[in-house]
Amino acid sequence: MTDLLSKFDPYIAEHKGLLETGVHDPFGVVMERVMSPTRAIINGRETILVGTYNYMGMTFDPDVIAAGKAALDNFGAGSTGSRVLNGTFAPHIAVEQALKDFYGTRSAIVFSTGYQANLGMVSTLAGKGDYIILDADSHASIYDGCKLGNAEVVRFRHNNVEDLDKRLGRLPAEAGKLVILEGVYSMLGDIAPLRELVAVAKKHNAMTLVDEAHAMGFFGKHGRGVYEELGLEDQIDFVVGTFSKSVGTVGGFAVSNHPKFEILRLVCNPYRFTASLPPAVAATAEASIRKLMGAEAKRDNLWAVSRKLHAGLKAAGFRMATDTPESAIIAVLLPDQESTVAMWHQLLEHGIYCNMSRPPATPAGIFLLRCSLSAAHTLDDVDTIISRFIAARDSLPGAKAA
Amino acid sequence: MDRPATYARLIELIEPFNKKGIALAESTSFADDLELDSLTVMDLVANIEDEWDINMPLNILPDLETVGQLADAVVKLKG
Repeated sequence: MTDLLSKFDPYIAEHKGLLETGVHDPFGVVMERVMSPTRAIINGRETILVGTYNYMGMTFDPDVIAAGKAALDNFGAGSTGSRVLNGTFAPHIAVEQALKDFYGTRSAIVFSTGYQANLGMVSTLAGKGDYIILDADSHASIYDGCKLGNAEVVRFRHNNVEDLDKRLGRLPAEAGKLVILEGVYSMLGDIAPLRELVAVAKKHNAMTLVDEAHAMGFFGKHGRGVYEELGLEDQIDFVVGTFSKSVGTVGGFAVSNHPKFEILRLVCNPYRFTASLPPAVAATAEASIRKLMGAEAKRDNLWAVSRKLHAGLKAAGFRMATDTPESAIIAVLLPDQESTVAMWHQLLEHGIYCNMSRPPATPAGIFLLRCSLSAAHTLDDVDTIISRFIAARDSLPGAKAA
Repeated sequence: MDRPATYARLIELIEPFNKKGIALAESTSFADDLELDSLTVMDLVANIEDEWDINMPLNILPDLETVGQLADAVVKLKG
């Protein structure tokens, strides 16, 4: 019998080798207790969370929690069903209404995760004979949506307007085309030149989908995303987002003004062949989305702490993934896996949790310590984070005496 | 399109990714011989697309295991 798992032997060996160097497992962190959007107990130590995507700090909001508790009492623990059968409860309709109000769109469809939102939208919108043109650095959920569907898939170089233009120009003029972009790219935290990219897509008569998962709540006048900040609201056909970042719970969604958009509920497998969100989750999401309308103080603080962290780490001599703080993702570049894991381990020992990221999640050859900030972080927290980054670096074997 | 000329130019495009400096031939495998990871393959594909002004859909890549198969695909896509 061929052991089907033996194909993973190189990964098993690599992971074992990593742990044998004596570091904590970067992919096995356990939050033993969570006190707030910015603090948890990890390995028995109070740790500042700097890698949670909890951008607007909504996870412990009292109104959000009260809404969830009420729905748990009134609707039970789960729906046990698909949205198109027995799984649509009042809270699911209410959260879709909140999304329509937030985005100012005609339609909103909620999926059970952000991953499934991309999987469903990408695989269903572009069918056989159609073309998907996607940014090379697209999230795995977008690539997987391409694999699930039957469209021809063409990739363009990351954020490269001319490259997109060239590739669209090679496609049959009459073919259906979907250009897929992201407002903020989650690894380096860089934002897309959406105005130019969307203009090129329009020139070639392509429809556009923009994933604004990492921008909701703090880009654009209403917090709709980078596309709103750049004045493209009447230019984008579909916007995809998530509840698991700024909204502070779990779930995914797509919003659109397309008059035929609602039909996707009946033809999209990742929507109809899975159970709907638990009603308590839908209710927390609704409460959170409504509070994110007009959360100016939170977004101002999020930008303030993000800018301060970027400036502080840069001043301390760390190599930053972006020259300026373009989003709430502040990523530090390291030369290789060994040094990245060693630094990540030291940070955890100093009470800082950030994400260790490496290929293939990152673009080729890039190793990152990725920080993402929350509106719940204070400017004093940022001072502590920066000083612990410096202390962690100084405690590495071979560190130069300061 | 001229297959030998395409093959010769393709070898030149692959050479920068030939980190082990092995001898490239029709039967050289991208995964087993050149040990290219999926991200490196993507860079090579982008360069090939620009060289011949073609789009190489991601869907066809899993079937292109060797240098010779890639040369055939380029000739076919160029038409």
